[in-house]
This record gives sequence, C-alpha cells and structure tokens, in this order.
Amino acid sequence: MTVVKGKNLTKYYRNFKALDSVSFEIGEGECFGFLGPNGAGKTTLMGIIYGFIEFFNGDLILFGESVNRKNFPRIKFKIGVVPQDNNLDPDLNVLENLIVYGRYFDIDPKEAKERALKLIEFVKLDNWLNRNVRHLSGGMQRKLTFARGLINDPELLILDEPTTGLDPRSRRQIWERIENLKHSGKTLILTTHYMEEAEKLCDRIAIMDRGKILVIDTPHNLSNNFGGNLEKVYLSLTEG
Amino acid sequence: MNIKRALRVWQRNATVYKKLYRSSLALNFFEPMLYLIAFGYGLGGFVKDIKGMSYLEFIAPGIVMSSAMFAASYECTYGTYVRMVYQKTFDAIMATPVRFNELVLGELLWGSTKSLIYGSIILIVISLFGLVKSNLVLFILPFILACGLIFASLSLIATAIVPGIESFNYFYTLFLTPLFLFSGLFFPLEGLSSIVLIVAEINPLYHLVKISRAFSYGDISLISLKDFSVIFLYLLILPPLPFILLRRKYLL
Ligand SMILES: Nc1ncnc2c1ncn2[C@@H]1O[C@H](COP(=O)(O)OP(=O)(O)O)[C@@H](O)[C@H]1O
Ligand SMILES: [Mg+2]
Repeated sequence: MTVVKGKNLTKYYRNFKALDSVSFEIGEGECFGFLGPNGAGKTTLMGIIYGFIEFFNGDLILFGESVNRKNFPRIKFKIGVVPQDNNLDPDLNVLENLIVYGRYFDIDPKEAKERALKLIEFVKLDNWLNRNVRHLSGGMQRKLTFARGLINDPELLILDEPTTGLDPRSRRQIWERIENLKHSGKTLILTTHYMEEAEKLCDRIAIMDRGKILVIDTPHNLSNNFGGNLEKVYLSLTEG
Repeated sequence: MNIKRALRVWQRNATVYKKLYRSSLALNFFEPMLYLIAFGYGLGGFVKDIKGMSYLEFIAPGIVMSSAMFAASYECTYGTYVRMVYQKTFDAIMATPVRFNELVLGELLWGSTKSLIYGSIILIVISLFGLVKSNLVLFILPFILACGLIFASLSLIATAIVPGIESFNYFYTLFLTPLFLFSGLFFPLEGLSSIVLIVAEINPLYHLVKISRAFSYGDISLISLKDFSVIFLYLLILPPLPFILLRRKYLL
C-alpha cells in the first residue's frame, strides 16, 4: 500500500517558489529519505505532509485518502512528527511536555504518562523528568523532541533532521530506534545532511535541489548509476 | 470545529497556569487592590456620596470589571503572541490533530477564563469588605465572562495586527487605558460633555461597569435594556474576527 503520495506539490511563499511540482510515492514500511542542500525545500515538503502548511498546489494522498481540511485531523492521529525546530514547550517540564502533547491525541492521562516515562527512559532523560526543558542542552532537547514524536505510536513518522546536534552515541541510539520502528512495519520519512545516516537507514532516497526532486532511487542504485559513494552522487547532482 | 480539541489547548494553558499561579495571582491581584485603596480610601475622603453610594461602594464593582478586562487582555496580547511567535507553541500544536480554529478558540476561552478568575476574586474581596449590598451580585458572574470574551477577542485582534510585540504599547496606551479611564468607573460621565457620553456608549467597559454596579448595589434602575443590548451585540460581532485575522497572520 502507498502511505504517502505527493502529486505535483508546489509551494509559493509570496512570490518565491520553494517547492516546484514535486511528485513521489512512499510505500508502507518504507524508510524514505530526502537529501538536499539548505533551502532545497525539504522542511517545506515535510510541513505539507504533516499539515502544518495549509496552502499549496498539487495533491497529497495519505493512507489512500486525498487530504483536505475535513479529513486531515483524523489522519493526523496516525502521524508522528519530529520537526526541524524542536518547539518544545518552555513553560513545561520534560515529563509534562510529552503528556500535554499526548493530550492533543486524546491519549488518556494514565496511558500518556506510561508511554512518556518509557520514551523518556529510552532517550536517557529520566534524571531530568521534572526539570524545565529550558535547562536541557540542545542535544537533549533534540532527543526529547524525538521522543515526543512517538507518543501517539504513529503509523507514519516524519523526521526532519532527527539527529542534527546529537553526540555520536545518542545518534546511534536514535538510529537503532528508527530501525526498530522500521522492523515493526512503520513508515518513515527522513531528511538528513548525514550521508552515512541516509545510507544506513533509507530504503530509497530522493535528492532535492531548489525545490525540485532530481532523482529517486535506492542508495545502492544511486551509487551504481552515478558512480562513487552517496556523497559523491549528492555533490555531483546538487548545486545548492 | 471540535470543541474537545479547543479545550485541549485551553487545558495546556491551564496546566502552565497551575504551576505559576501563586506569583502571577499575587501580582495581578495587587494592581486592582491598589486602585481600591488609593482611590477608594484616599480620594474617597474628599468625595461625597454618589447616587447614595459611598465612593468606595461606587468604584468597587467597576474594579471587578476592569480587572477582568485587563486579565483577558494581558493573556491574549503578550501571552498569545509569545506562544505564537517566540515559543512556537502554535507550531508544535499544529503538528497534532488540533486545527487552527480550535487553537484560536482555546486561546479565546483561556483568556476569558483568566477574566473569570480575576474578576471573581476581586468580587469576593469586595464582598468581604462589605462593599456589596445585594444578593443580585451573583448576576455579575456571567458578565465577567462576557467581559472576558469581548476583551480576549479585541486583544487577539491586536495580536493578529501588530507588527511586533512592542506595538502592544499602542494598544494599551491609546485604546485600553482610555476605555478604562472613561468607563464611568471612577466618576459619573453624565455631567460631562455630550461627546464623552456618546463615546462611552460604544465603550463595552462603560456598560459592564454599569451592570456590575447595579447588581452589586441592588438597584436595577441604574441600568437599561440598552446596556445589555450593547454587550450582546459585541458578543455577536467580536469573537469571530480573531479567527479570520490570526489565520491570515499565522498560516502558511
Ligand atoms: N515561512 C517562510 N517564509 C518565506 N520563505 C520561506 C519560509 N520557509 C522557508 N522559506 C524558504 O523556502 C526555501 C526552502 O526552505 P526549507 O523548506 O526550509 O528548505 P530545507 O529544509 O531544505 O533547508 C528557502 O529558500 C527558504 O528561505
Ligand atoms: Mg530544513
């Protein structure tokens, strides 16, 4: 089954075309990567897929439904998001951040607390439960944002640069979790600037530049067809 | 629009408030008490009775309304602006099943709730001081809420319009403070020039103060159908506007 399908997705910010007729399909259980230089339009595309950006042209089909204002809230119960900006709630502590976020998904408070505690333990912030998130380091905030994205046990997880700013050990923990999610059949969308991460996790990769998708293929095919490793392919295709 | 999801947003703000209420309650409580003491006791000594009320009895019910007004206004100007622009709380919520209109409704209801909290507390305090003369005082409560809805709406409109957070100064200095000073709270407007009276008629606080005073003093003859009609009209016109204007400012 196709979980995400974009057809000619185009986004203007005023007169500036940030996305230019982007089309792709992502199957169930797939981990799909978007690579591209800063400003390529990756975050814009993620924003469209998780319903943050309201106004765009083209069609977005999620779980077989063409999304509109009416059905999107219902579909969003199945989507988890780790946005590029952490946007944690600085008025709340670590535990409250996940519980309050869980409430938006109608998770009952007891269940939300159980899930939150497990996720916080996984990202190794259990000693920080009652600390305000302002007191967390950048990397710790990133990990908490990752945990928050899993609170609704999503079918589709959107990860916008999930490991940017993480130390090597934390990065490996997140990778492991992403692989586990893949094994349990979840669909994942990932943007990253780390070639190693893309190569390791992604079944297929789209390389973007200036609002366009240049190529979509498996990491293996990309290397074969263009010659050299993924980084070489990336550098030869994009101008940034 | 799903009310339950709007209440989730309300609940988020309530959760934060529960953690901080001690300091903020004391602070917000201090200002109206200062007015009561400075004007009521200080100025009151020089002022003869107004319409049979001591000066303190005259201004106390008005202070109930003005604190309700300022509570909703602070919340829905600075509070909402920070959540929308600086803290990215709106961005985080928009990734969940909550829709933008539900988010705005949550903010509106929360601002009104703040009015209800602060207005009620001042009401209790003035009752304890024996400044309330009638059981009709309970009818003030729905009008505190109405006051909250009106000024939460106006404040959210300001939030949608201001180019930056500093611009709220204009909203307070040029708009709310004049409404406050010329609401008939501190002195009857009847003796003043007819221009003042005409302007007062479109000032929601003027009517709310009158209603509050009438119920507190137990003299219905102080108010007329017109006071209720103006409030009702504002309740009809104002609340939809923030939805339209904030959407234009925020949504991409
Ligand atoms: N809110 C916005 N308003 C105006 N321009 C924007 C906005 N967000 C992004 N852009 C522009 O759109 C382009 C794509 O940005 P983005 O999607 O963040 O790229 P990426 O995530 O690939 O770095 C950039 O040129 C950026 O300046
Ligand atoms: Mg980005």
